[in-house]
Amino acid sequence: MQVDQALVMRIARLARIKITDEEAEGLKGELSGIFDWVEQLSELDTDDVEPMTQVVPIALPRREDVVTDGDIADKILANAPMSEDNFFVVPKVVE
Amino acid sequence: MKEKATVSDTRDLTRLTLSEARDGLAQKTFSAVELTDAFLSAIETANPALNAYVLATPEVAREQAAQSDKRLASGEAGALEGLPLGIKDLFATKGVRTTASSKILGEFKPAYESTVTSNLWNAGAIMLGKLNNDEFAMGSSNETSAFGPVINPWRRKGSKEKLVPGGSSGGSSAAVAADLCLAATATDTGGSIRQPAALTGTVGLKPTYGRCSRWGIVAFASSLDQAGPITKTVRDACIMLGAMAGYDKRDSTCVDRPVPDYEAALGRSIKGLKVGVPQEYRVEGMSQVAEALWQQGIDWMKDAGAKIKEISLPHTKYALPAYYIVAPAEASSNLARYDGVRYGARVPGNNLIEMYEATRAAGFGQEVKRRILIGTYVLSAGYYDAYYLKAQKVRTLIKRDFDAAWNDVDVILTPTTPNPAFAFGEKTGDPLAMYLEDIFTVTVNMAGLPGISVPAGLSSEGTPLGLQLIGKPFDEETLLNVGQIIEASAGKFAPEDRWWS
Repeated sequence: MQVDQALVMRIARLARIKITDEEAEGLKGELSGIFDWVEQLSELDTDDVEPMTQVVPIALPRREDVVTDGDIADKILANAPMSEDNFFVVPKVVE
Repeated sequence: MKEKATVSDTRDLTRLTLSEARDGLAQKTFSAVELTDAFLSAIETANPALNAYVLATPEVAREQAAQSDKRLASGEAGALEGLPLGIKDLFATKGVRTTASSKILGEFKPAYESTVTSNLWNAGAIMLGKLNNDEFAMGSSNETSAFGPVINPWRRKGSKEKLVPGGSSGGSSAAVAADLCLAATATDTGGSIRQPAALTGTVGLKPTYGRCSRWGIVAFASSLDQAGPITKTVRDACIMLGAMAGYDKRDSTCVDRPVPDYEAALGRSIKGLKVGVPQEYRVEGMSQVAEALWQQGIDWMKDAGAKIKEISLPHTKYALPAYYIVAPAEASSNLARYDGVRYGARVPGNNLIEMYEATRAAGFGQEVKRRILIGTYVLSAGYYDAYYLKAQKVRTLIKRDFDAAWNDVDVILTPTTPNPAFAFGEKTGDPLAMYLEDIFTVTVNMAGLPGISVPAGLSSEGTPLGLQLIGKPFDEETLLNVGQIIEASAGKFAPEDRWWS
């Protein structure tokens, strides 16, 4: 599969990572190589195979739908790059 | 097998194994404070050369050691009482900087402790510091760390060229090999415990998926990640796993079943045990020495009375390409949380999206970006079925290969890696060459099985190689018992020239 500059830029936009034209140039070749390599999976007929959705066959545990934690705003905000009055602060979203 | 601490050992306490140190503490040959100080001073001397620790925590260690000495004196000692460990920087440690060796986490100090490390501290263990690793555990050489690479204490005969310690748990493997901790925690998503163990002459155990809680461990690929120990001996791996493992309701994939006494599994006869040798692991590019050691391992098994059976795991060659869809896909989802809003470093932008993009551009390294992009693409609209769904179906086929094998054999023997430790930069230019480092280990993660790497011999250049044992789900006991037979047959390996100390 040939990954071009525009596709690299589109994926990077989806991934919310700013990349330079120079980086995109390098990634183009690397991603093409990796996608070519994983292409070998198409040799396998998997039409009648169930996808693995669980690594260990256990029933997912359930619990009461109750609050088990909370009132720890200070702990949650302790590592925030910017906060005010128990809120995270981000650049203005709505004008 | 149990050796007692001798007088000469006490001159350098750091050379003890975990079990020897445990015995020495029990016999009051030395105190937990003395033992801890020996390690702290070794770290201070050696770390500038090896870069195994990204953060030493001497205050925490000395405080814990003093408490341990009290409990040892009053007879309340836990299973790991007074034993100093290194902790991979992927485990959240309360109030102690945790970075996954990425710039994006900045000076992040968790308000909570991971379940695995909690279990260790509850058992009386001591934290010496946080260990280096490939950024977000993505790498096989520890070259992707934001803190710079870890240096392997092993060198090629007559050479001073720096070698990689493997990855992603390269800080863990190097620290154990260089006697900078008694044992270390590590994590394994595609081989990140076993491959670095093989490259440093240490023992690396990846338990069955669900054996150890993943709660509080920085997530890479959630359906593959599992914590385990890197140690100097197989017995030490038993001691570590016994303390690390156990049910945790905060990880819904953690399995509720009793944790056996793994040490009690050692020394059992393997007469009649069926050991599988998979033909598909004879790959192109495998070094002659790895091939020869594999045969040597087969002979050791026969000598111990085991039966060797050739088996087939036909989908082996598809495991690595399927892994490089599943792991990046899960990583791109898991790493979406690093956006500069709630924790970690932030790079300002004119609007929210620019801030996200600038933060993630500055915070993530090359390999992490590459994998996020792969993952984003394979999960993007219209491609999910062709990539992720396909890879999860291939995973079923890989698991079926193993399920069929377990009808014929009890355990599987393979090399851990095709080659011994390589030099810096040797594989950084070609991501695919680096990915192939995990060719023998990744199948185990895809099927959720336990695997162990045990040092088995040296290359012609004098660098270590390991043999891998793969077991049935939750049969770590057989892996450890058979692993100890390999260990006893192969002998111990330590670098002759202790250039770092």
